[in-house]
Amino acid sequence: MRKVTVYITLKQGVLDPQGKAIQESLHSLGYKEVQEARVGKYIEMQVEDGTDIEVEARVKQMCDKLLANPVIEDYHFEVEGAVRS
Amino acid sequence: MKFAVIVFPGSNCDRDMHHAVQEVLGEEADLVWYQNSNLENYDGILLPGGFSYGDYLRSGAVASTSDVMNQVKEHAAKGKPVLGVCNGFQILTEAGLLPGALMRNKGLSFMCHQEALMVQNNETMFTGGYGKGEVVRFPIAHGEGNYFCDAETLAELKANNQIVFTYENNPNGSVSDIAGITNKEGNVLGMMPHPERAVEALLGSDDGLKLFKSIVQNWRESHYVANA
Repeated sequence: MRKVTVYITLKQGVLDPQGKAIQESLHSLGYKEVQEARVGKYIEMQVEDGTDIEVEARVKQMCDKLLANPVIEDYHFEVEGAVRS
Repeated sequence: MKFAVIVFPGSNCDRDMHHAVQEVLGEEADLVWYQNSNLENYDGILLPGGFSYGDYLRSGAVASTSDVMNQVKEHAAKGKPVLGVCNGFQILTEAGLLPGALMRNKGLSFMCHQEALMVQNNETMFTGGYGKGEVVRFPIAHGEGNYFCDAETLAELKANNQIVFTYENNPNGSVSDIAGITNKEGNVLGMMPHPERAVEALLGSDDGLKLFKSIVQNWRESHYVANA
Protein backbone atom coordinates (compact mmCIF):
# COMPACT_ATOMS: atom_id res chain seq x y z
CA MET A 1 0.00 0.00 0.00
CA ARG A 2 1.07 3.51 -0.67
CA LYS A 3 -0.36 6.66 0.73
CA VAL A 4 -1.40 9.20 -1.87
CA THR A 5 -2.21 12.75 -0.90
CA VAL A 6 -4.18 14.93 -3.29
CA TYR A 7 -4.43 18.71 -2.90
CA ILE A 8 -7.18 20.47 -4.81
CA THR A 9 -7.37 24.24 -5.04
CA LEU A 10 -9.53 26.68 -6.91
CA LYS A 11 -7.83 28.10 -9.99
CA GLN A 12 -6.45 31.59 -9.74
CA GLY A 13 -9.07 33.97 -11.07
CA VAL A 14 -11.97 31.82 -9.87
CA LEU A 15 -13.84 33.66 -7.13
CA ASP A 16 -13.89 31.90 -3.77
CA PRO A 17 -16.74 33.38 -1.71
CA GLN A 18 -16.04 30.93 1.12
CA GLY A 19 -12.41 32.03 1.27
CA LYS A 20 -13.52 35.64 1.30
CA ALA A 21 -15.88 35.00 4.22
CA ILE A 22 -13.03 33.31 6.11
CA GLN A 23 -10.75 36.25 5.42
CA GLU A 24 -13.39 38.66 6.75
CA SER A 25 -13.87 36.50 9.86
CA LEU A 26 -10.12 36.51 10.48
CA HIS A 27 -10.15 40.28 10.12
CA SER A 28 -12.93 40.57 12.66
CA LEU A 29 -10.78 38.51 15.05
CA GLY A 30 -8.03 41.07 14.59
CA TYR A 31 -5.84 39.22 12.09
CA LYS A 32 -5.72 42.13 9.71
CA GLU A 33 -2.57 40.80 8.07
CA VAL A 34 -4.56 38.19 6.12
CA GLN A 35 -4.65 39.50 2.57
CA GLU A 36 -6.37 36.50 1.01
CA ALA A 37 -7.79 33.13 2.06
CA ARG A 38 -8.70 30.42 -0.41
CA VAL A 39 -10.32 27.11 0.49
CA GLY A 40 -9.31 23.84 -1.09
CA LYS A 41 -9.64 20.11 -0.52
CA TYR A 42 -7.22 17.55 0.80
CA ILE A 43 -7.78 13.87 0.02
CA GLU A 44 -5.80 10.95 1.44
CA MET A 45 -5.95 7.58 -0.27
CA GLN A 46 -4.33 4.22 0.32
CA VAL A 47 -3.68 2.63 -3.05
CA GLU A 48 -2.25 -0.71 -4.07
CA ASP A 49 1.43 -0.60 -4.73
CA GLY A 50 2.96 -0.30 -8.19
CA THR A 51 5.87 1.46 -9.80
CA ASP A 52 6.08 5.21 -9.26
CA ILE A 53 5.12 5.82 -12.88
CA GLU A 54 2.11 3.49 -12.74
CA VAL A 55 0.75 4.89 -9.52
CA GLU A 56 1.27 8.48 -10.61
CA ALA A 57 -0.40 7.88 -13.97
CA ARG A 58 -3.43 6.26 -12.30
CA VAL A 59 -3.76 9.01 -9.70
CA LYS A 60 -3.56 11.66 -12.41
CA GLN A 61 -6.47 9.94 -14.18
CA MET A 62 -8.45 9.85 -10.94
CA CYS A 63 -7.90 13.57 -10.49
CA ASP A 64 -8.89 14.40 -14.06
CA LYS A 65 -11.96 12.17 -14.06
CA LEU A 66 -13.38 12.78 -10.62
CA LEU A 67 -11.36 14.25 -7.78
CA ALA A 68 -10.88 17.67 -9.35
CA ASN A 69 -12.98 19.62 -11.82
CA PRO A 70 -10.56 21.04 -14.39
CA VAL A 71 -12.96 23.88 -15.21
CA ILE A 72 -12.52 25.49 -11.81
CA GLU A 73 -9.81 23.59 -9.94
CA ASP A 74 -6.08 22.83 -10.04
CA TYR A 75 -4.56 19.86 -8.26
CA HIS A 76 -1.27 18.33 -7.32
CA PHE A 77 -0.52 15.13 -5.46
CA GLU A 78 2.17 13.28 -3.61
CA VAL A 79 2.78 9.54 -3.77
CA GLU A 80 4.47 8.23 -0.65
CA GLY A 81 8.00 7.01 -1.38
CA ALA A 82 7.97 8.16 -4.99
CA VAL A 83 11.16 9.70 -6.34
CA ARG A 84 10.18 13.10 -7.63
CA SER A 85 11.08 13.37 -11.28
CA MET B 1 -44.13 11.14 -25.55
CA LYS B 2 -42.50 9.14 -22.81
CA PHE B 3 -40.16 10.69 -20.27
CA ALA B 4 -37.77 9.15 -17.76
CA VAL B 5 -37.15 11.06 -14.54
CA ILE B 6 -33.84 9.73 -13.24
CA VAL B 7 -33.77 9.29 -9.48
CA PHE B 8 -30.44 9.27 -7.64
CA PRO B 9 -29.96 8.79 -3.92
CA GLY B 10 -30.58 12.33 -2.68
CA SER B 11 -32.75 13.55 -5.56
CA ASN B 12 -35.66 15.49 -4.13
CA CYS B 13 -37.41 17.20 -7.04
CA ASP B 14 -38.08 13.93 -8.86
CA ARG B 15 -41.73 13.81 -7.86
CA ASP B 16 -42.29 17.47 -8.78
CA MET B 17 -40.85 16.71 -12.22
CA HIS B 18 -42.98 13.58 -12.57
CA HIS B 19 -46.09 15.50 -11.48
CA ALA B 20 -45.41 18.30 -13.97
CA VAL B 21 -45.10 15.88 -16.89
CA GLN B 22 -47.74 13.32 -16.01
CA GLU B 23 -50.44 15.27 -14.20
CA VAL B 24 -50.12 18.76 -15.64
CA LEU B 25 -48.68 18.17 -19.10
CA GLY B 26 -50.56 14.91 -19.58
CA GLU B 27 -47.65 12.92 -21.03
CA GLU B 28 -46.18 9.65 -19.80
CA ALA B 29 -43.40 9.73 -17.23
CA ASP B 30 -41.63 7.11 -15.13
CA LEU B 31 -39.49 7.59 -12.07
CA VAL B 32 -36.38 5.59 -13.00
CA TRP B 33 -33.98 4.52 -10.25
CA TYR B 34 -30.39 5.14 -11.37
CA GLN B 35 -29.29 1.52 -10.94
CA ASN B 36 -30.05 -1.26 -13.41
CA SER B 37 -32.00 1.13 -15.55
CA ASN B 38 -32.69 0.93 -19.25
CA LEU B 39 -33.40 4.21 -21.00
CA GLU B 40 -33.81 2.80 -24.50
CA ASN B 41 -37.58 3.18 -24.63
CA TYR B 42 -37.74 6.76 -23.45
CA ASP B 43 -38.07 9.77 -25.71
CA GLY B 44 -36.89 12.35 -23.21
CA ILE B 45 -34.66 12.27 -20.14
CA LEU B 46 -35.24 14.53 -17.14
CA LEU B 47 -32.57 14.93 -14.45
CA PRO B 48 -34.29 16.42 -11.42
CA GLY B 49 -33.02 18.67 -8.65
CA GLY B 50 -31.88 17.66 -5.21
CA PHE B 51 -28.64 16.72 -3.56
CA SER B 52 -27.50 13.52 -5.23
CA TYR B 53 -25.00 11.74 -2.98
CA GLY B 54 -25.30 14.58 -0.50
CA ASP B 55 -23.30 16.86 -2.82
CA TYR B 56 -20.20 14.93 -1.73
CA LEU B 57 -16.94 16.10 -3.35
CA ARG B 58 -18.76 18.58 -5.63
CA SER B 59 -22.46 18.82 -6.38
CA GLY B 60 -23.29 16.34 -9.14
CA ALA B 61 -19.78 14.87 -9.28
CA VAL B 62 -20.54 11.42 -7.90
CA ALA B 63 -23.82 11.00 -9.83
CA SER B 64 -22.01 11.98 -13.05
CA THR B 65 -19.89 8.82 -12.84
CA SER B 66 -22.85 6.43 -12.54
CA ASP B 67 -23.69 3.97 -15.31
CA VAL B 68 -27.02 5.62 -16.04
CA MET B 69 -25.12 8.73 -17.16
CA ASN B 70 -23.43 6.69 -19.89
CA GLN B 71 -26.92 5.88 -21.13
CA VAL B 72 -27.89 9.53 -20.90
CA LYS B 73 -24.83 10.36 -23.03
CA GLU B 74 -25.91 7.80 -25.64
CA HIS B 75 -29.44 9.22 -25.58
CA ALA B 76 -28.06 12.74 -26.03
CA ALA B 77 -25.78 11.64 -28.88
CA LYS B 78 -28.89 10.52 -30.77
CA GLY B 79 -30.22 14.07 -30.59
CA LYS B 80 -32.98 13.22 -28.12
CA PRO B 81 -33.90 15.80 -25.48
CA VAL B 82 -32.19 15.85 -22.08
CA LEU B 83 -33.24 18.41 -19.47
CA GLY B 84 -31.30 18.85 -16.23
CA VAL B 85 -32.71 21.16 -13.60
CA CYS B 86 -30.73 22.40 -10.59
CA ASN B 87 -28.78 19.34 -9.40
CA GLY B 88 -29.56 17.90 -12.84
CA PHE B 89 -27.69 20.86 -14.40
CA GLN B 90 -24.78 20.26 -12.02
CA ILE B 91 -24.68 16.58 -13.02
CA LEU B 92 -24.72 17.49 -16.73
CA THR B 93 -21.71 19.82 -16.35
CA GLU B 94 -19.83 17.27 -14.25
CA ALA B 95 -20.57 14.58 -16.84
CA GLY B 96 -19.18 16.81 -19.58
CA LEU B 97 -22.49 17.02 -21.45
CA LEU B 98 -22.53 20.77 -20.86
CA PRO B 99 -19.55 23.13 -20.56
CA GLY B 100 -18.63 25.06 -17.41
CA ALA B 101 -19.25 24.39 -13.74
CA LEU B 102 -21.63 25.44 -10.98
CA MET B 103 -20.00 26.95 -7.93
CA ARG B 104 -21.08 28.19 -4.53
CA ASN B 105 -23.41 31.20 -4.74
CA LYS B 106 -21.54 34.47 -4.55
CA GLY B 107 -23.32 35.42 -1.31
CA LEU B 108 -22.72 31.93 0.18
CA SER B 109 -26.40 31.50 1.13
CA PHE B 110 -28.82 28.90 -0.12
CA MET B 111 -31.53 30.82 -1.94
CA CYS B 112 -35.13 29.79 -2.45
CA HIS B 113 -37.41 32.30 -4.16
CA GLN B 114 -38.86 33.25 -7.51
CA GLU B 115 -36.63 34.88 -10.13
CA ALA B 116 -37.39 36.67 -13.37
CA LEU B 117 -35.59 35.14 -16.35
CA MET B 118 -35.25 36.33 -19.89
CA VAL B 119 -35.60 33.87 -22.76
CA GLN B 120 -32.47 34.59 -24.80
CA ASN B 121 -32.94 31.85 -27.35
CA ASN B 122 -36.42 30.68 -28.32
CA GLU B 123 -35.20 28.57 -31.21
CA THR B 124 -34.40 25.47 -29.16
CA MET B 125 -36.53 22.36 -28.73
CA PHE B 126 -37.12 23.51 -25.16
CA THR B 127 -38.12 27.12 -25.75
CA GLY B 128 -40.02 27.18 -29.05
CA GLY B 129 -43.20 28.17 -27.22
CA TYR B 130 -41.69 31.33 -25.74
CA GLY B 131 -41.05 34.65 -27.40
CA LYS B 132 -37.47 35.88 -27.75
CA GLY B 133 -36.86 38.32 -24.94
CA GLU B 134 -39.92 37.09 -23.03
CA VAL B 135 -39.54 37.44 -19.26
CA VAL B 136 -40.70 34.43 -17.26
CA ARG B 137 -40.83 33.70 -13.54
CA PHE B 138 -39.42 30.42 -12.20
CA PRO B 139 -38.45 29.52 -8.63
CA ILE B 140 -34.81 28.99 -7.79
CA ALA B 141 -33.65 26.78 -4.90
CA HIS B 142 -29.91 26.32 -4.76
CA GLY B 143 -26.72 26.95 -2.86
CA GLU B 144 -24.42 26.22 -5.77
CA GLY B 145 -25.88 27.83 -8.84
CA ASN B 146 -23.09 30.25 -9.66
CA TYR B 147 -22.32 29.34 -13.26
CA PHE B 148 -18.66 29.66 -14.19
CA CYS B 149 -16.77 29.11 -17.40
CA ASP B 150 -13.61 30.62 -18.86
CA ALA B 151 -13.70 33.52 -21.32
CA GLU B 152 -13.10 31.27 -24.30
CA THR B 153 -16.03 28.99 -23.41
CA LEU B 154 -18.26 32.00 -22.77
CA ALA B 155 -17.45 33.39 -26.21
CA GLU B 156 -18.38 30.01 -27.71
CA LEU B 157 -21.64 29.87 -25.78
CA LYS B 158 -22.54 33.30 -27.11
CA ALA B 159 -21.43 32.59 -30.67
CA ASN B 160 -23.51 29.38 -30.80
CA ASN B 161 -26.58 30.87 -29.09
CA GLN B 162 -26.24 28.32 -26.29
CA ILE B 163 -27.31 30.75 -23.56
CA VAL B 164 -31.03 30.08 -23.30
CA PHE B 165 -32.07 31.77 -20.04
CA THR B 166 -30.49 34.69 -18.17
CA TYR B 167 -31.40 36.19 -14.81
CA GLU B 168 -32.90 39.66 -14.87
CA ASN B 169 -31.40 40.24 -11.39
CA ASN B 170 -28.44 37.90 -11.04
CA PRO B 171 -28.91 36.24 -7.63
CA ASN B 172 -25.79 34.06 -7.46
CA GLY B 173 -22.89 35.60 -9.35
CA SER B 174 -23.21 33.55 -12.54
CA VAL B 175 -21.07 34.83 -15.42
CA SER B 176 -23.10 36.85 -17.92
CA ASP B 177 -26.22 36.29 -15.72
CA ILE B 178 -26.47 32.75 -17.08
CA ALA B 179 -29.39 30.71 -15.73
CA GLY B 180 -29.54 28.00 -18.41
CA ILE B 181 -27.51 26.77 -21.37
CA THR B 182 -27.72 24.09 -24.02
CA ASN B 183 -25.01 22.00 -25.59
CA LYS B 184 -23.81 22.99 -29.04
CA GLU B 185 -26.31 20.66 -30.71
CA GLY B 186 -29.17 22.19 -28.72
CA ASN B 187 -30.72 18.98 -27.37
CA VAL B 188 -29.28 19.08 -23.84
CA LEU B 189 -30.52 21.91 -21.61
CA GLY B 190 -29.24 22.59 -18.11
CA MET B 191 -30.76 25.27 -15.92
CA MET B 192 -30.72 26.18 -12.24
CA PRO B 193 -34.29 27.59 -11.99
CA HIS B 194 -37.13 25.08 -11.70
CA PRO B 195 -39.62 25.05 -14.59
CA GLU B 196 -41.30 21.98 -13.05
CA ARG B 197 -42.23 24.07 -10.03
CA ALA B 198 -43.82 26.70 -12.26
CA VAL B 199 -46.58 24.75 -13.96
CA GLU B 200 -49.61 25.87 -11.95
CA ALA B 201 -50.68 29.50 -11.54
CA LEU B 202 -52.12 28.61 -8.13
CA LEU B 203 -48.58 27.87 -6.95
CA GLY B 204 -47.16 31.18 -8.14
CA SER B 205 -46.39 30.73 -11.82
CA ASP B 206 -47.21 28.54 -14.77
CA ASP B 207 -44.48 29.97 -16.98
CA GLY B 208 -42.62 26.65 -16.92
CA LEU B 209 -45.40 24.76 -18.65
CA LYS B 210 -44.43 26.19 -22.05
CA LEU B 211 -40.99 24.63 -21.69
CA PHE B 212 -42.43 21.13 -21.34
CA LYS B 213 -45.00 21.80 -24.07
CA SER B 214 -42.21 22.95 -26.37
CA ILE B 215 -40.35 19.66 -25.89
CA VAL B 216 -43.48 17.67 -26.70
CA GLN B 217 -44.41 19.79 -29.69
CA ASN B 218 -40.90 19.54 -31.11
CA TRP B 219 -40.93 15.79 -30.61
CA ARG B 220 -44.32 15.43 -32.32
CA GLU B 221 -43.24 17.56 -35.27
CA SER B 222 -39.95 15.72 -35.76
CA HIS B 223 -41.74 12.40 -35.40
CA TYR B 224 -44.42 13.35 -37.86
CA VAL B 225 -41.79 14.38 -40.40
CA ALA B 226 -39.75 11.27 -39.72
CA ASN B 227 -42.73 8.99 -40.23
CA ALA B 228 -44.33 10.84 -43.13
